[in-house]
Amino acid sequence: MNDMTPTSAERAEKLEGMGCKRKRVEDIRFTQGKGNYVDDVKLPGMLYGEFNRSPHAHARIKKIDTAKAAAVPGVVAVITAETLKTVNLAWMPTLAGDVQMVLADGKVLFQNQEVAFVIAENREAAADGADLVEVEYEALPVVVDPLKAMAPDAPMLREDLKDKTEGAHGERKHYNHIFAWQAGDKTATDAAFAKADVTIREFIVYPRVHPCPLETCQCVASFDKIKGELTLYGTFQAPHVIRTVGSLISKIPEHKIHVIAPDIGGGFGNKVGAYSGYICSIVASIVTGRPVKWTESRIDNLSTTAFARDFHMDMEIAATKDGKVTAMRCYTIADHGAFDACANATKWPAGLFSIISGSYDFPAAYCLVDGVYTNKAPGGVAYRCSFRVTEAAYCIERAMDIMAQKLGMDSAEFRLKNLIRREQFPYTSAFGWQYDSGDYHTAMNKAMETVDYKKLRAEQKQKREAFRRGETRELMGIGVSFFTEIVGAGPSRACDILGIAMFDSAEIRIHPTGSGICRLGTKSQGQGHETTYAQIIATELGIAADNITVEEGNTDTAPYGLGTYGSRSTPVSGAATAMACRKIKAKAQMIAAYMLEVHDDDLEWDVDRFRVKGNPERFKTMTELAWAAYHEVPPGMEPGLEAINYYDPPNFTFPFGAYICVVEIDVDTGQTKVRRFYALDDCGTRINPMIIEGQVHGGLTEAFAIAMGQEIHYDDDGNVTTASFMDYFLPTAVETPHWETDWTTTPSPHHPIGAKGVGESPNVGGVPCFSNAINDAFSFLGSTHIQMPHDNWRTWTAAEKLGLHE
Amino acid sequence: MAKSQIAVKVNGKTVEALVEPRTLLIHFLREELNLTGPHIGCDTTHCGACTVDLDGKSVKSCTVFAVQVNGANIRTIEGIANPDGTLHALQEGFREMHGLQCGFCTPGMITRAYRLLQENPTPSEEEIRHGISGNLCRCTGYQNIVKAIQFAAAKLNGVAFREAAE
Repeated sequence: MNDMTPTSAERAEKLEGMGCKRKRVEDIRFTQGKGNYVDDVKLPGMLYGEFNRSPHAHARIKKIDTAKAAAVPGVVAVITAETLKTVNLAWMPTLAGDVQMVLADGKVLFQNQEVAFVIAENREAAADGADLVEVEYEALPVVVDPLKAMAPDAPMLREDLKDKTEGAHGERKHYNHIFAWQAGDKTATDAAFAKADVTIREFIVYPRVHPCPLETCQCVASFDKIKGELTLYGTFQAPHVIRTVGSLISKIPEHKIHVIAPDIGGGFGNKVGAYSGYICSIVASIVTGRPVKWTESRIDNLSTTAFARDFHMDMEIAATKDGKVTAMRCYTIADHGAFDACANATKWPAGLFSIISGSYDFPAAYCLVDGVYTNKAPGGVAYRCSFRVTEAAYCIERAMDIMAQKLGMDSAEFRLKNLIRREQFPYTSAFGWQYDSGDYHTAMNKAMETVDYKKLRAEQKQKREAFRRGETRELMGIGVSFFTEIVGAGPSRACDILGIAMFDSAEIRIHPTGSGICRLGTKSQGQGHETTYAQIIATELGIAADNITVEEGNTDTAPYGLGTYGSRSTPVSGAATAMACRKIKAKAQMIAAYMLEVHDDDLEWDVDRFRVKGNPERFKTMTELAWAAYHEVPPGMEPGLEAINYYDPPNFTFPFGAYICVVEIDVDTGQTKVRRFYALDDCGTRINPMIIEGQVHGGLTEAFAIAMGQEIHYDDDGNVTTASFMDYFLPTAVETPHWETDWTTTPSPHHPIGAKGVGESPNVGGVPCFSNAINDAFSFLGSTHIQMPHDNWRTWTAAEKLGLHE
Repeated sequence: MAKSQIAVKVNGKTVEALVEPRTLLIHFLREELNLTGPHIGCDTTHCGACTVDLDGKSVKSCTVFAVQVNGANIRTIEGIANPDGTLHALQEGFREMHGLQCGFCTPGMITRAYRLLQENPTPSEEEIRHGISGNLCRCTGYQNIVKAIQFAAAKLNGVAFREAAE
């Protein structure tokens, strides 16, 4: 062999395949201000739409007068529910099986609800017009507290459902009740509690928060009357779902709807759903015959589109006196707001909440969730997590600490005693989930060793003694969390959205010169898909990642897919990409065998080529095979080199991790300093370590925001009091702690490349870790649970209640 | 509404335009001049996605009227690259250090950092964190943004920078 021939390792490195810290393709345009976001879309003759919104949380509409609005110079049309009724669009179906007003029909059910849509030549005239829509309201009593929604004398919110005793998920027990959903074995769980040595019970609230991407929701609708075709640009995490839902609602045939999601400025779950702004823009474009742009303001965003969480959990754990858990049960009231517009897989009204037994070997478990209506914005999206997984992880991780406290055990030791053991995988939980793989003890031990956990506890002991002696006013808290996620929705037997199985797809075409394009049904919102999918292809096909274009977000060219949320891109479309590559590789192997005049089985793969076994000088590179595929295929074989794969995953994937946090709290101000945060993630096979670390940093920062300050808060009259960045906490670079990241690698056994997904892990594991640290700081004084968010005032209040200011 | 005539230098070129008195600078840049690099992320001057360089200061262009910039010198992200078309050290640093994800805050963040490094060519980590605290990022957690700015500072000062993106 020629000495100049690069070795396999050298050739592999040049491909920038899986495992490479490949720099991002996207950054070239983003760093130069050349991204193309929805608000950058400008079509000839484009109009602007703006909503008139309700100041009331609950009120009957007596009269709407649009005359003054229509008279504003530049205003082209004003749309109300009455207009929408003429095209049967005053209401729309939700993903959760409910219906939702597009524009207020007879009454309003939450503050800032959309009442009228004003379309004008420019955004200023649209805003002027929206201000001048005159609405006469008769205020009605409100339901703000979800725990009081099902009181016998509670005001009835949804008069449209008055006589419906059945909802999309079975019986409704009250006119403000949406669904009851349960999982696990109640009888066995109750029996385990009856004979338990030790039990704990705590009411744990995960407040209403909002994903709040920096770019709000927006769209441009353009209806071509001649062709009868709609082009819809929008901030869509799931473009194909929007196309199908759009067709079902509007009756425009699906092939005549072109949905385009260009660059998206962050999503975090906010951009999964279908919103009034989209429907009104479509109708407005049909009515006016011109393109219509709708751009949500930040206040609109925080107060109307897609809240998350709002789970009120009554949690119990049973254990033996030596610290083995024996059962858990949880009763939850879920506040869904005025309409059930929760973005879940259709059969799962509480999402995958039954992952609540967490990482522990519970012999018995049971949970029941009641969903209720309140006078708040609809939504219930998964804010950087799989459906309702962060609620579950928060609840179990908080409860494990409370049980450890009651048993007088160290919280990490208590976890180690109850974590599922490596030899138990694949592990079937008490709720029936089959956890694919895990090595929890290795991860937990690595985390504890890295931070020198024992030393931290010793330091804390000394500081507590000093505090008791009055020598310091500072408390030290150590937070531990060990989480297991369930992501990659999902297997068609379990998951669908409006009847569409939650598969995903990849279509790969290799061009004659050996480069190629890959199109997918997912949609990046910052995750770097253009970079990472190409790395999978590079490793699978031996084509340099730089020679692969990755394209998403155009429903005309991309194969059908369910979009990007719930950490499903890598588990589902990443698998589809690998499987499509393998189809291409199989064909390439046949071409190589034909060209080298050997049997297929006499060939072996070597990084970027097929070579003859035992005779490595005889080979055909993928580039040569690509060229051959277009002019020299074996007799009877179709020319070309492309493949498509629709991947229906056999199971979810179960990423996990161990996080440890150290905080210092000034009891006189409540001010909390994060001294250290260590995050160990196991997401299976790692595709791009640089991007993984970036995802972890970002997710931890969002977890920090949620745990330490975020809340969408309503006053007693249903006014939303946290609808701008004045009041809704987004950490700046100053507050944000320094993050330490680490990993173990336990591949998923059922995934073609063993990858599990990572983008949401840090949010799922981070929130309980922070909260456990704050709670841990006060635990030696008898406190068991302080509700989130742990802002300075709440932490100061906790200290006050414990008598620390006397 | 009566319009006013303005003349303003944007990215080195003088632009003359008629603007309504209530037109915001960000809307003027994005919609009249098609400079869509600066973005709009809030209504309250908090997020900094619209940051531009105005007469040697970082300014949130959502809180300035277009009529106010008559005679001013403005630089947006579109005018940050080197005159020969190569990337500015900051643009390179953001890519090298993985200082961006969705890219929506990036133009404002780089434009702010561009001014910061002229105000303080050798900032400490703490100074960088304070210096960019008027710019919100929802994706990165800032750690790699800090590194990106450190990378650029080192490059502009002709000093080696050895850290990698985490």
